[in-house]
Amino acid sequence: MSDTPPPLVLAEALTKTHHGEGAPAHAVRGVDLTVRRGEFVAVTGPSGAGKSTLLHLLGGLQKPDSGALCLDGESTDGWGEARWAVERRTRIGVVFQFFNLVSDLSVADNVELPALLAGTAPRQARARRAELLTELGMNGKERNMPGELSGGEQQRVALARALVNQPDLLLADEPAGSLDSRGTREVMRLLTRFHGRGQTIVLVTHDARLATAADRVISFFDGRVADDVELDAGPLRATGASGVLELRD
Amino acid sequence: MRLPLLALLARGPAHGYELKQDLEQLLGAAYPQPNVGQIYVTLGRLDKSGLIEGEEIEQSSRPNKKIYRLTDAGREALAAWFEETSEEPRVRDEFFMKLALAPRTGLADQIALINRQRRQYLNTMRTLSKLAAEDRDNRISALLIEGAMLHLQADLDWLERCQEELEEQQ
Repeated sequence: MSDTPPPLVLAEALTKTHHGEGAPAHAVRGVDLTVRRGEFVAVTGPSGAGKSTLLHLLGGLQKPDSGALCLDGESTDGWGEARWAVERRTRIGVVFQFFNLVSDLSVADNVELPALLAGTAPRQARARRAELLTELGMNGKERNMPGELSGGEQQRVALARALVNQPDLLLADEPAGSLDSRGTREVMRLLTRFHGRGQTIVLVTHDARLATAADRVISFFDGRVADDVELDAGPLRATGASGVLELRD
Repeated sequence: MRLPLLALLARGPAHGYELKQDLEQLLGAAYPQPNVGQIYVTLGRLDKSGLIEGEEIEQSSRPNKKIYRLTDAGREALAAWFEETSEEPRVRDEFFMKLALAPRTGLADQIALINRQRRQYLNTMRTLSKLAAEDRDNRISALLIEGAMLHLQADLDWLERCQEELEEQQ
């Protein structure tokens, strides 16, 4: 036996087929994936490639047809809805494209609620909420309702909500998908910052710019991993980067 | 480099090193700066073609320096430059040729070519993201980096289309 800790995510031969109207859609076709603690992994690919389905399988939002999934060394075989719901309140944080905030709760309550549901004492839930909202530049908006915020602000609240229970794993499904270029940069900056403190992140995005905030990019095509690359930002004046910046006469 | 130098001289006479500094300040650290030698050579050519005029200034303790100013012909050339629109960027010709020709040679796999090219683009994109984060104070420079990132994004999208199309065939 070695002392190496188990990977946070270990998926083997995961498959998922959607049976809707028409032909069955093979969204995930035998995917192996290992994510180690502290990694920031982006999954990119064209829409319909199955990348969101993959993320949903990792967070228990959908069940695989076959294959095995272990989280932090523990098999998720036989986990029911209730168990997954508990995991998503504690060890797994999720952010979505459309934020999914509770529209008739204030910003503060949206962030505190999952902490309270996870059994955190109210005083501590308040303290964590305050800390996160400050960190995310949302001071003074605690009493606002989600509908009064811009898309970028709503996504920051959603990020605070996903992180309030200090999850081991953050899953982000197109978190900038409904934001403009400025909002995208903001999400990128925040994910980079949390990752810098050790947060493990799996991000699904079709946006290559957002994807390169991650250290590792998986290209997903037609339900399969087509490529899996560790990025290396290289020196700032690497030929690739200076070549694309050069203005030609 | 010719027309940017003319443009810098439109404000008033300057010597070579000043022009280099002006350019650096305007475009920021991200832009790969021309070396001072390139600038002197270009100034020499512009002088010869009558677009600028150089004048030797004597300096007591150092070698003479040459101050350049824009001529009327130079001003006209500059106005014409601003008047015309610029060419569109082009698809990466060389990669496209490799992709198109690979199957006939039996020497390379198209999907492997795409994957390799994408790795390079992704790494460059990451470098640009870092540059963008570091160089936020200079707005002109930030726009240049953003432009480069958007072009690269388009190239990545195009690779994705190629891959979808070619994987379907296989």
